[in-house]
Amino acid sequence: MDRRSFFHRVKKEKGIEWNYAADLDTVSSGLDAYKGKLSNDQLMHLLKRVTFGASPNDIDHFKGKKLKKIIHELLYTEEKEPAPPVNNYNDPDSKKEEENYFFDEEIPAGQTWINSTTFNGKNSGRRRNSLKNWWIGLMLNQQSTLREKMVVFWHNHFATQATIVDNARYLYQHNVMLRRHALGNFKAMVKDVTIDPAMLKYLNGAVSTKKAPDENYGRELQELFTIGKGPESRYTENDVKAAARVLTGYRFENKTYTTVFDANRHDESDKQFSAFYNNTVIQGKKGAPGAEETDDLLNMIFAQQEVSRFICRKLYRFFVYHSIDAITEKNVIEPLAAIFRKNDYEIKPVLEALLSSKHFFDPANFNAVIKSPLDFTIGLCREYKISFPDAGNFIDQYGLWEQVRNQATAMQQNIGDPPNVAGWQPYYQEPQYDKLWISSDSLPRRNQYSDRMINNGFAKNETKVVIDTIAFTKTLPTPADPDKLISDAIRRLYNMDLAVTEKTFIKSSILLSGLTGMQSDHYWTDIWNAYLAKPDDKKNTDQVTKRLKSLYKYLMNRPEYQLC
Amino acid sequence: MKRRDFLKHTLPAIALPAILDGWSLNAWAKSPLLQGISAAEDNGRVLVLVQLNGGNDGLNTVIPIDLYDAYYAARTNIAIPQEKILRLNGFDQTGLNPAMTHIQHMFNEGKVSIVQAVSYPNPNFSHFRATDIWLTGSDSDKTLDSGWAGRFLNNEFPGFPAGYPNNNMTDPLAIQVGGIISPAFQGPVTSMGMAITNPSSFYALLNNVNTSSSASSRAGDQLAYIREMSMVTDKYATVIKNAAQKIKTQSSLYPAQGKNPLADQLKIVSRLIAGGLKTKVYMVNMGGFDTHARQTDAKDTTIGAHARLLERLSEAINVFMVDLQELGVADRVLGMTFSEFGRRIKSNASGGTDHGAAAPVLLFGNSVQPGIIGTNPPITAAATAKDNIAMQHDFRSLYTTVLENWFMINQAASESIMLKDFASLAIVKGVNAPST
Repeated sequence: MDRRSFFHRVKKEKGIEWNYAADLDTVSSGLDAYKGKLSNDQLMHLLKRVTFGASPNDIDHFKGKKLKKIIHELLYTEEKEPAPPVNNYNDPDSKKEEENYFFDEEIPAGQTWINSTTFNGKNSGRRRNSLKNWWIGLMLNQQSTLREKMVVFWHNHFATQATIVDNARYLYQHNVMLRRHALGNFKAMVKDVTIDPAMLKYLNGAVSTKKAPDENYGRELQELFTIGKGPESRYTENDVKAAARVLTGYRFENKTYTTVFDANRHDESDKQFSAFYNNTVIQGKKGAPGAEETDDLLNMIFAQQEVSRFICRKLYRFFVYHSIDAITEKNVIEPLAAIFRKNDYEIKPVLEALLSSKHFFDPANFNAVIKSPLDFTIGLCREYKISFPDAGNFIDQYGLWEQVRNQATAMQQNIGDPPNVAGWQPYYQEPQYDKLWISSDSLPRRNQYSDRMINNGFAKNETKVVIDTIAFTKTLPTPADPDKLISDAIRRLYNMDLAVTEKTFIKSSILLSGLTGMQSDHYWTDIWNAYLAKPDDKKNTDQVTKRLKSLYKYLMNRPEYQLC
Repeated sequence: MKRRDFLKHTLPAIALPAILDGWSLNAWAKSPLLQGISAAEDNGRVLVLVQLNGGNDGLNTVIPIDLYDAYYAARTNIAIPQEKILRLNGFDQTGLNPAMTHIQHMFNEGKVSIVQAVSYPNPNFSHFRATDIWLTGSDSDKTLDSGWAGRFLNNEFPGFPAGYPNNNMTDPLAIQVGGIISPAFQGPVTSMGMAITNPSSFYALLNNVNTSSSASSRAGDQLAYIREMSMVTDKYATVIKNAAQKIKTQSSLYPAQGKNPLADQLKIVSRLIAGGLKTKVYMVNMGGFDTHARQTDAKDTTIGAHARLLERLSEAINVFMVDLQELGVADRVLGMTFSEFGRRIKSNASGGTDHGAAAPVLLFGNSVQPGIIGTNPPITAAATAKDNIAMQHDFRSLYTTVLENWFMINQAASESIMLKDFASLAIVKGVNAPST
């Protein structure tokens, strides 16, 4: 069946009539490796997809290197486990007299709470926020690897909601687990997710017993985490029930913060699966070996090719393009899934093949993705090298991370709290996919965020984060030439060009205060050079800054900046 | 106390319709009761600012006939032949560049006021700085973050943009056509204006151009979607569209689109005014006035680069006024040209003029007190490259006049907007400006 026929419909979405069946470029290239050095555009394309924004540091670092080496570095660089989140959340002394004054008596300010044994209604919300802010910090400070992008991918895939899991210590453990497996082995990750306390709580595994097996996890394990709902997915309702019975008996121990298998609660009977699973019977086991049935279940599931296809499609949509037509299914998804299976569900070989492919570097795929709110908010900070306070000033540091997080939340991506177990809609909802990030509410918020980062920025106590337009401009090769400044800024922020008439308009109306014609160019050059010669000439520097602010603000308000 | 609250709570209900009904307010204008009320919200008056970017050569725009010899001596290579200067009824000492026949006719019909030698103390010769001064209304040695029109609009619509649009003000406060939002519209906190960056984007909005049909690429499809959404999102897109759609025909005198960019911009302004937008201030602009070289044809000084600019300016203003007249809204509109500076008295060897100081400002509309304010600028017999035209009128006097005599705001408010007390000039018909 031609997958496109799914999309042949017009949907009315919040006042916009959109033809989702529009006949767009077919990209017939497949997984053949792209050979040679990357052009600047190609490098930008890669970085914008696999990291949050293309940071100038990464561009410089990877420039001129061969693709193979770049991908290898992005995937195989060893990274230490990040330092854990800390108590940033005591109320200031000034609130001491207030009724709701909060002070953590157990964990000193600046110390981590991840080993705390007291979690209660008063501290759990604050620690959850600490965790979420810390997570934003990890993205902002990401290394030149795929790790943090993949943590978000897996968080969306194995979605849990912090507000439901509640206990921040379990959430932290869950987060560490996702990060540990982010570029590891998918099957091992599914195992750990299955017996992870946060997931056991979130999808009721911890209350699933032989007397009352809870189908929630047994269902999502197949529908959302492994087999999916693709055309070849034909597991049955009985398979859901049987899986649920296999998984009975787990619970977590609040004293030790570990998962335990309670054989008394485990269903010891045999579990019969459908023809989709070759009528497999998982033998019921008594006592501690009952937990081994979980491995039997995963072995049975991972014997299905559909697992590899489902995950590869999801990776493709995350990194390349939302729509998968029959040609892409054949030329990209199938061979990629074969690689996944051949490598026993190791994630790196799949990403290596996809991100090195001619298909990935097909120009039709450039700028074909609408930035997620995390891409937008964090990417902006990284692209402009906005510096945040260091751990020595953890109050302001966490406070500013929180403000970035709140912005992404307002744009409909609340990290740690996806809307439900399916993750965020734009990652899966046909036919709109990433277009769903853009609404009449979210688009102005995106513009307001970039405006604010240009104008006053965000402040916490005495610390302020704001775009340094002059510093950014200095990272461009030829800022004294207004044409080149504009072209280079456009290439840096969009990785696509604008029409000459548009660039002329920008030059005249923004950089030259309405002056037109080539002979006026020197007026910009003069003030820029005057700035370089005398940076402390306030009047001139004001002139330069005012124009640069206006330029970058304008460029970020254009729809092109929404793409990556 | 907010001005609008004052209107609501102080006046007897019976007076309201009379006040809210446009022109009838004029009868009340000088009543002390109404001095404190924003007439701008209620009288439907509109200001159209025409910015001439680059520094217009005022001396070849408004030409001193009585000082012709000194004028000719100072700029022989670009001087307009005396017999070609366009004559103005009632003012035989002053004439216009031959390219400005339309403005000549308008002047002779009593629809133009010329204010001579407008500048400010210690003029600045940098385009950027001088433009900032004109747009913000600052002193030469001070910088301001807000624009003069922005401060005016903030005074009229306090708290903007929170709570806007609302029943009292459904429309954009100010609109820039052809450019990014002018710094003149910058309020104390936020920009008080919006921009229609180019005429084609305006017509795309109007005609509901389905951009998706032109997008065949993956990125193009995404872009088109976001563009469409940004039109839906723009809280003013609909009111602009509705206003524009009320006007089915406009003057046949408009040149074809693209021939005269200023006329293209003003055509949109006229349509929006006639379509009922309550927008107070419009800004349009025209570049190319930075005429350092070859500003006239070498053989015939009545043609060439500067003449073409003046011709377009003249054509655009004329067709705009004709259109407004035909649409029945001309009485509500006051227009004003300005440029960041004039040019030097003495021309340079490249057949051009360098950055100068004072220059004339044109005001136009049915409501201007026609004539010339001020005298021809004195020109010394042997002008040198250092000589500049001396200021006769501070540009902020013109703004003050607009605020007090056009928008009818009281002197205290006007002073707070202009940050100083500037005397108003006799520009608006029927208003007796204090003698200066």
